[in-house]
Amino acid sequence: MIRQTLAVLRKELLVEWRDRSRISGLFFFAMAIVLLVAFASPSEAILARQAGGILWIGLLLASTRSLDQSFATEMEHGALEGLLLWPVDSRSIFYGKALANTLILLCVALAIVPLLFGMYGAQMRGSPTLLLAFLVMGCAALGAPGTLFGGIVAQARGSSVLLPLLLFPLVVPAVLAAAKGTTVVMEGDPMGQGGSWLALLVAFNALHWSLSGLFFGRVLEDG
Amino acid sequence: MPQTPRIKLEGLARRFGPRWAVARVDLDLEPGSSWMLTGANGSGKSTLLRCLATALRPHQGRLQYGDRDLWTHRNAIRPEIAYLAHQLHLYDDLSQRDNLKVWARMGNLKSDIDALLRRVGLDPARTDPVRALSAGMKRRLALARILLKSPRLLLLDEPFGALDPDGRQLVVDVVREIQSEGATLVLATHLPTSARHVCSQAVVMESGQITWRGLAGDLP
Repeated sequence: MIRQTLAVLRKELLVEWRDRSRISGLFFFAMAIVLLVAFASPSEAILARQAGGILWIGLLLASTRSLDQSFATEMEHGALEGLLLWPVDSRSIFYGKALANTLILLCVALAIVPLLFGMYGAQMRGSPTLLLAFLVMGCAALGAPGTLFGGIVAQARGSSVLLPLLLFPLVVPAVLAAAKGTTVVMEGDPMGQGGSWLALLVAFNALHWSLSGLFFGRVLEDG
Repeated sequence: MPQTPRIKLEGLARRFGPRWAVARVDLDLEPGSSWMLTGANGSGKSTLLRCLATALRPHQGRLQYGDRDLWTHRNAIRPEIAYLAHQLHLYDDLSQRDNLKVWARMGNLKSDIDALLRRVGLDPARTDPVRALSAGMKRRLALARILLKSPRLLLLDEPFGALDPDGRQLVVDVVREIQSEGATLVLATHLPTSARHVCSQAVVMESGQITWRGLAGDLP
């Protein structure tokens, strides 16, 4: 299973590397949100305090584009069915795709964070390692349920509309924890809340990465 | 390599919504036998093939693969099945070589990819993405993909579609090569003339049911 998971991950990254439109599209989409908020905000002081939240709103909205396209590639010539019949274990398909989606989101997040410091005047008062931990855990929290729901809606008409409707309510706790955690790292953490928000993200990921992997086979197989 | 088992379909049926696409089909596929499924569009050929490929779960009846139920044991049996479907199971953004490498890696299959591409008449030096290939070349690549496996059951859905005469002959040659290793063949086609070169038995389907069966040479 691990060998197949790595093979799926490698395939996902290879497809992404050959095309590169998904990640560049995501970056510009997330950047546009960050810029629009910057232009709309009445004061720079407010912007700096909201930087963490705006980062995660941008990533959340961009993730739906990414997850939708991840399955669109598979549906073009029925490749997803081909994987299942080859056979590739459905858990390997899930974990390979979820890891790839998480990595792609993380790349976008890492590219957007410097903009927050440059444009929003955000500070880094906490540990950069903790910020990285929030970015990794937050992107993973969007990646796992996003891959599951991406698989569910892939064969439906209007999947790009359905995906956010299903995904957003589910990931509210994760986005809240990631945004709060990112903010306390940037603004400083005198009350020591960072650890609690990170623990919530770890628990969310443990639940969703295990359950989504189990359910994904049922999503793919004919009922 | 495992022996090719006998495959038995008993009262097999599959519906989409209220409509039965395949209805009460009985077939007994001897090991190494070769079957042509023919009939008009919507007669149920592809659905039957997809049930055999384990892409679709039968809604009624039994589908035995040796002494095992095909659907129940699908994960164990799938490595023994090669399926050339309507949809070619290719990645448009990858080159032909990358596509075959990906599928070989997924199945942990060792194969000389360049030799395989040459075998199906494709140029291994070509690096542009699959989306730039013609329909016939994509079909040749899909054929190379199934050659990565050593199947016991070979399922081909319209394998001659979009191919020129050389391509059709290539399909015949490849199928004969796989048959020589004892694989059972089931081929759905609108072109019985080409299929007769590789199929000894034939079945005509209409409205999901078998309306004629016999030797491929006697096909009406």
